[in-house]
Amino acid sequence: MNLLHLYGQVDIYLVIAAFLLAVGIYGLIRRRTLIGMLISGEIIFSAASLNLVALSRFHAPDPVAGQVFVLFIMGLAAAEVAIALSIIIAVYRNYRSIKANELADLNG
Amino acid sequence: MNPFPASDLIVGTVFLICVATTVAGALLAVLTGRIVRSVCGLALCCIGIAGLYYFLHSPFLALMEILVYIGAVCVTIVFAVMLAEPDEPAPDETRGAAILWSGVALLAGAAICWGLSRLGLQGKWPVPVAQVADSSVKSIGISLLTTYSMAFELISLVLFVAILGALATARTGRSK
Repeated sequence: MNLLHLYGQVDIYLVIAAFLLAVGIYGLIRRRTLIGMLISGEIIFSAASLNLVALSRFHAPDPVAGQVFVLFIMGLAAAEVAIALSIIIAVYRNYRSIKANELADLNG
Repeated sequence: MNPFPASDLIVGTVFLICVATTVAGALLAVLTGRIVRSVCGLALCCIGIAGLYYFLHSPFLALMEILVYIGAVCVTIVFAVMLAEPDEPAPDETRGAAILWSGVALLAGAAICWGLSRLGLQGKWPVPVAQVADSSVKSIGISLLTTYSMAFELISLVLFVAILGALATARTGRSK
């Protein structure tokens, strides 16, 4: 097993996807602002997409299915970012802060 | 016989550069203190992932990754950073608590990474008998407009509603 021929097997892609998921969850736990948590969430999305594309490239009879699914994931991620950022801006207007642990009171 | 023997070396090196870019970008995105550097880390990570998609025979996805994630998502986050708070606030927890929570998060991440890698490397993945379709842009377009046309339309509806919702949410309290 040569270091230069890793790209022809599914293993390295699965390991990278697992690493990205772990990094994203570490960021979700550790970041203190809403934007930082949003960025960690995007990394988790990327991990899932990479896993889908790798498995559909190597282990599925129809490699198009995984790619189309990842295109849908990208569309949903874009919608999610738009909504989340508008909520963050609305929160910042009301609280003058986007720290996650200061947003503790409800109004209803 | 390969007429250009260095091509293997070049392809392998480019792949390793893509992997290193992905890993470095992801680490930069979660470990730096300033949010702008974090966004740059996300962009770097997306460039690396686009390279990995290219190696997975999906050049269209690589293009869309750069277009959507770097061109739309990262730029939108930069706008939000400019409108809201530019810096991560100073930690208000004690030093012991910070070390404890970092340890817990690191442990959770390491456990997830180790477990999933082990599952992925040891799994008996089925080998397909034959690939029924190629992964060209043409076949992606055909399947988007035939098999997945319903989901395609629903995604456009979701994006429309999301944009309207974002406008409505960000507009409230504007007069204050």
